[in-house]
Amino acid sequence: MNSYLLISILRFTVLFLAQVWLFNNIEFWGFLNPFVYILYVLLYPVNANKSFLLISSFFMGLLMDMFFNTGGVHTTATLVLAYIRPTLFRFAYGVSYEYNTIKITDKFTSETFILVLLSVGIHHFILYNLEIFKIALLWDILWKSIANIVLTTTTVILILLFLKPTKR
Amino acid sequence: MQQVLNFLQKNSYKMLFFLLLAVAFRLTIQSHSLQQSVYVNSSNEVSGFVYEKTNNIKEYFALKKTNQALVVENQKLKELLFNKKDTLLKPDSFTFVGVKEYKVIAGKVIKNSFNKQQNYLTLKGGASQGVKTDMGVINQYGIVGKISKTSANYSTVTSILFTQEKTNAKLKNSNHFGSITWNGKNMGYVQLIELPRLATITKGDTIVTGGHSKIYPENIPIGTIDKVYIDRVTNYYTVDVRLFNDMSNLGNVYIIDNKSKTELQTLEQSLPNE
Repeated sequence: MNSYLLISILRFTVLFLAQVWLFNNIEFWGFLNPFVYILYVLLYPVNANKSFLLISSFFMGLLMDMFFNTGGVHTTATLVLAYIRPTLFRFAYGVSYEYNTIKITDKFTSETFILVLLSVGIHHFILYNLEIFKIALLWDILWKSIANIVLTTTTVILILLFLKPTKR
Repeated sequence: MQQVLNFLQKNSYKMLFFLLLAVAFRLTIQSHSLQQSVYVNSSNEVSGFVYEKTNNIKEYFALKKTNQALVVENQKLKELLFNKKDTLLKPDSFTFVGVKEYKVIAGKVIKNSFNKQQNYLTLKGGASQGVKTDMGVINQYGIVGKISKTSANYSTVTSILFTQEKTNAKLKNSNHFGSITWNGKNMGYVQLIELPRLATITKGDTIVTGGHSKIYPENIPIGTIDKVYIDRVTNYYTVDVRLFNDMSNLGNVYIIDNKSKTELQTLEQSLPNE
């Protein structure tokens, strides 16, 4: 049957619980938490149903907003990331994306790094802009998003390195 | 008709995206435009349960500290009881009998937040314990915030670290009053605005809640004066107030139920508008 659907739901649950129980309590320098739940969007199979990704990303964001009391900030950022994901893959991997041959857990390459950095960057930039929502605090937005981009990117890459590629 | 259907079929993915995006934007903008309008909030049973379990583990690491804090508070209350016996028995000349009655409910912060512009805390303690919207939340050091939403067993609190919130406050020694608000920058400091220039203030003066607040009782400590700015346009001071509370470290709190609030509110609403 749809094994990817089952794996996605499992991944959704694991990442959600890890975010709420573990990564929310890191509070690096008092205000930085790595938002590793976006791995859900990154790890979703390339050739699988895109609408399911949109809807599940929406709910992942909504759950985060519910737990953080942030209105709809995480929902918006995650939804946009899920929507532009094909563009990011095409930008990072070039032509091999078209043949559906890549899998970001296979091997850690510079392409993977670019993909993770871009995705985290776009997600966090939307997130902090919408959360602070004040032009007077522009430096605050920039500083917070850059600091958190570094933290999340590092954590996501470490997790990717620890994940063993599935052998067939 | 066929063309419309074709169009819908071709663009269904895009339309799904924009539909979901519209919902997400609506939730975001609502949380910014109106106070206490986070519709998807953590006072529900699911997130309350998760946070409670997480907090149960965290609590073990702070047992000694909590104990110490409770001993200190007990000691202060005992001091108050032994030293001011006479004044406690005397009725306060400004308080009419039955007008000001406060009930205290114990609660516990199970999810803290202090690094956003609008900080919401989650409490264990909800409607079944008698917690309602707009009750004040304090702890042994000073004010914490006010109740925003409640469910059966949990509630969310808008912290004093909340950029759209205003609380009535006054100088402890002279009764000049202003409003406490937060500029969203440093979690150790809040701002006292609209304090008249007539007031004589010095660094280190204590700021307490004022009697105009229907949420907090009078004379709940807030913090001490740290920096004073003079507003050239208006005749008001803006003061940086250093909080007594460490907002990053909150545990047991007390929820204040002002019994006379509804009466005061209906009385004030019956007045003609200026």
